Amino acid sequence: MSSSNGVAPTNGTRPAKAHKPSKAGPAATWADDRLGLASMAKKNLRKVFPDHWSFMLGEIALWSFVVLLLTGVFLTLWFRPSMVEVVYDGSYDQLRGIHMSEAYASSLNISFDVRAGLLMRQMHHWAAMVFVASMMIHLLRVFFTGAFRKPRELNWVIGSLLLLLGTLEGFTGYSLPDDLLSGTGIRAADGFMKSMPVVGTYMSFFLFGGEFPGDSIIPRLYTVHVLLIPGLLLALIAAHMLLLVYHKHTQWPGPGRTEQNVVGFPMLPVYAAKAGGFFFVVFGTLALMGGLMSINPVWRFGPYNPAEVTAGSQPDWYMGWPDGALRIMPGLETHIWGVTLSWNVFLPIIVLPGLMFTILMMLPFIEAWITGDKREHHLLQRPRNAPTRTALMVALMTFYGLMWAAGGNDIIALKMRLSINQITYFMRAAVFVGPVIAFLITRRWCISLQRHDKEVLLHGYESGVIMRDAQGGYSEKHLPLPLDRAYTLTARDRDEVFVPETAVDGNGVPSPSNRKDRLRAKLSAYWYGSNIQKPTLAELEESHHHTEIDVAHEAPLEGHAADGHQFDGRHDVSGEELSTKH
Amino acid sequence: MSVDKHELSTTETDPIADPGLPEHEPRPTDVDDRAEKRAERQVASLFGLSTVFTLLFCVSYFVFKVGHHPSVIWGFGASNVALGLCLGLALLCIGIGTIQWARKLMADHEIVEYRHPAASSEEDRRAALEALALGSEESGIARRPLIRNSLLGAVAALGLPAIIALRDLGPLPGDKLTRTVWKKGMRVVQDVDGTPIKPADMEIGQLVNAEPALFFETNDHGEPVIEGVKLQTEKAKAAVIMVKMQPDDIKPAKGRENWGVDGILCYSKICTHVGCPISLWEQQTHHLLCPCHQSTFDLADNGRVIFGPAARHLPQLPLAVDAEGYLVATSDFTEPVGPSFWERDNYELK
Repeated sequence: MSSSNGVAPTNGTRPAKAHKPSKAGPAATWADDRLGLASMAKKNLRKVFPDHWSFMLGEIALWSFVVLLLTGVFLTLWFRPSMVEVVYDGSYDQLRGIHMSEAYASSLNISFDVRAGLLMRQMHHWAAMVFVASMMIHLLRVFFTGAFRKPRELNWVIGSLLLLLGTLEGFTGYSLPDDLLSGTGIRAADGFMKSMPVVGTYMSFFLFGGEFPGDSIIPRLYTVHVLLIPGLLLALIAAHMLLLVYHKHTQWPGPGRTEQNVVGFPMLPVYAAKAGGFFFVVFGTLALMGGLMSINPVWRFGPYNPAEVTAGSQPDWYMGWPDGALRIMPGLETHIWGVTLSWNVFLPIIVLPGLMFTILMMLPFIEAWITGDKREHHLLQRPRNAPTRTALMVALMTFYGLMWAAGGNDIIALKMRLSINQITYFMRAAVFVGPVIAFLITRRWCISLQRHDKEVLLHGYESGVIMRDAQGGYSEKHLPLPLDRAYTLTARDRDEVFVPETAVDGNGVPSPSNRKDRLRAKLSAYWYGSNIQKPTLAELEESHHHTEIDVAHEAPLEGHAADGHQFDGRHDVSGEELSTKH
Repeated sequence: MSVDKHELSTTETDPIADPGLPEHEPRPTDVDDRAEKRAERQVASLFGLSTVFTLLFCVSYFVFKVGHHPSVIWGFGASNVALGLCLGLALLCIGIGTIQWARKLMADHEIVEYRHPAASSEEDRRAALEALALGSEESGIARRPLIRNSLLGAVAALGLPAIIALRDLGPLPGDKLTRTVWKKGMRVVQDVDGTPIKPADMEIGQLVNAEPALFFETNDHGEPVIEGVKLQTEKAKAAVIMVKMQPDDIKPAKGRENWGVDGILCYSKICTHVGCPISLWEQQTHHLLCPCHQSTFDLADNGRVIFGPAARHLPQLPLAVDAEGYLVATSDFTEPVGPSFWERDNYELK
């Protein structure tokens, strides 16, 4: 930085000239006198953020939300959230003269008659998809690496709420243009509401201002879409970021990176430049998508007409999984005492998503309860080092994925020439069996990766160098890991299975929490039971001792280079001589 | 630092001691003057390029036409493609330039910051509790349950206006969901142009999307009797499909023997699952498939569900022929159409 205290910058090629005193100084003083900014800035300007590509996923969500705000404001300038019937008189020939709602007409107007209107509409829709997708991937990253553990459980809950609100925001958004497709979505939503016991019919009549479709739903969804949910999203995002700053970011273990510190680049300048630059990258990418990739061409669907529908009607992808549940649910309905309970709608579309989000939010607390772990954690875990946790999420992902695929059962049937009936019957079983299989495979997979890590630590990595000994036997030379990598592999906790305290206290009275403890002990034993722990110091030393005996037959090679490059001259081999001493 | 007394999970020197942060390795731009200059030029060029694209955006805005005769490139709307490309590249250039600047030219020394436990110190906790106790004591909220409870009651009561004030969001359901505009003698007409239909107009296997004639009627001033929102609302319940089958294929339920005319049956078009209009008709099997969630109904068998998530048969509209030979309804639907709802009574087929 150029300084105003008369010291010349040192790395210029030309001699420095005296600077005029900066105007920024007095302005900063003026502001600080009133706002006390310096105390806050002092703490945060050089705040450390650790670097890893996976920490960028949440950033994508944040920046696409900013793009949503910007493009959304643009759209509000022309969009008219009204269901008043008008005759379209715009530029799109195929629909001119047709009766439609003002909302649909203004969507067409934005698409055809407002310059940059279609771009902003498409950017807005793409940004919404990227927003939800990046939140989900960010959520998976946080879960798989154990970043949700104490003290960050509440931030996990906030994040889950953001995902829920983001999904609702998406639904209310794509319902607004009032085209045939979005109207079909609202029609189904009306059916969902009516399936609710006791209050369903009333909720539908209150939301729609009477019978479906009425003329209130678009203006009401608009208020929810541009005011209510964005307000909540903003507040929760602010809380999410404040907690991130307060807790400081998690980091991967490695040399010099411990539970007590955070190593990385300072906020100013590096992190601010990288994150700020990344905002422009996300914004720019969305602009390219909006310019080059068509999305939701509402003019092709025509205005909403409750007596029409298009084949292949589907919601936006993030609403696909409950739609899949709705499709594969058997048609169960109970009639009792003159009332109707439609399980076929109520269970998959009201109960199931609620249940899934509750499970999602509870995950950190469930794991903490099972493991009894009350420590703070700031070092991330590799997914393999928490096999049961990883397997649990993969099972949930499998459930989600199968439900999502079921939401496209008609498309699958059409494209793959399969029977829609058989796909549906298959899915009914697969959504239960699939997650179990995925769980078991993932858990064993993680454990075998752990085994591999331990083997590499104890016996070195496979160097690819084949040695022939004096007897003519061949063996592959294993070389010890570099210290950095070996340390990183071992920089994790040993898992401790929860052991309940003795069943009876000193006076022979059974402890009241005994049954709960026994369940917890069982779960904890399963949670950690098959995990491979990192080697102990004794094991490491013993294995090195073994290695020395094993490789005694390599002794004649002592002092020779192993990679063969001494022959082809590719590079110098000095310093690469084989040694049996590690 | 008071780290130790809090339970931070530790990775002790087990089994390998922490070798500590690795030495900082200089980048080419740190040691090579030319590399540094090159990076500087790269960054500045990207920023310069961004300005060019921004200007091109402005030019595109005015050059390419939208509206009745839009400009086209490669068959796409030129305005949208050009604006998107220019804006995207302008933004990307700033983004990539800034990141390049950070990676190549800004100091890349990693620095270390120490963590503090999330919890407040014991001291602060005690002080906070004391302040809380003092506040509670001075207010007397604990000592004066009368005040406390009456206040709680008053605030809780405020929930009532909050709920009651929403009452006018919509009218009560009443019997609106159980009735449609169909009535005895109303003609079943083509949904496109309102043409009435004679049984002879239909061929075996044909499906007609139909509506009540009321939707096309006009009053003395030539204005539609029913239009706008009212029309949409009624249409959402009264839309029907009419199919003609071989009379022998039809297996009418008890009491429905005379609901058809010459093998022509009329059913509600609104799916009993969540209300999508159904229209995928399989001529040979008499099956009707809902495109939303694939519920399938057998129209030869009283609209029974034969597949999918719907739980109820499609309501059937009883048909007859009027004096002029056109198809008419003989009554309204005998049960509510569309998705199930709590208050709906049971109407089993016999």
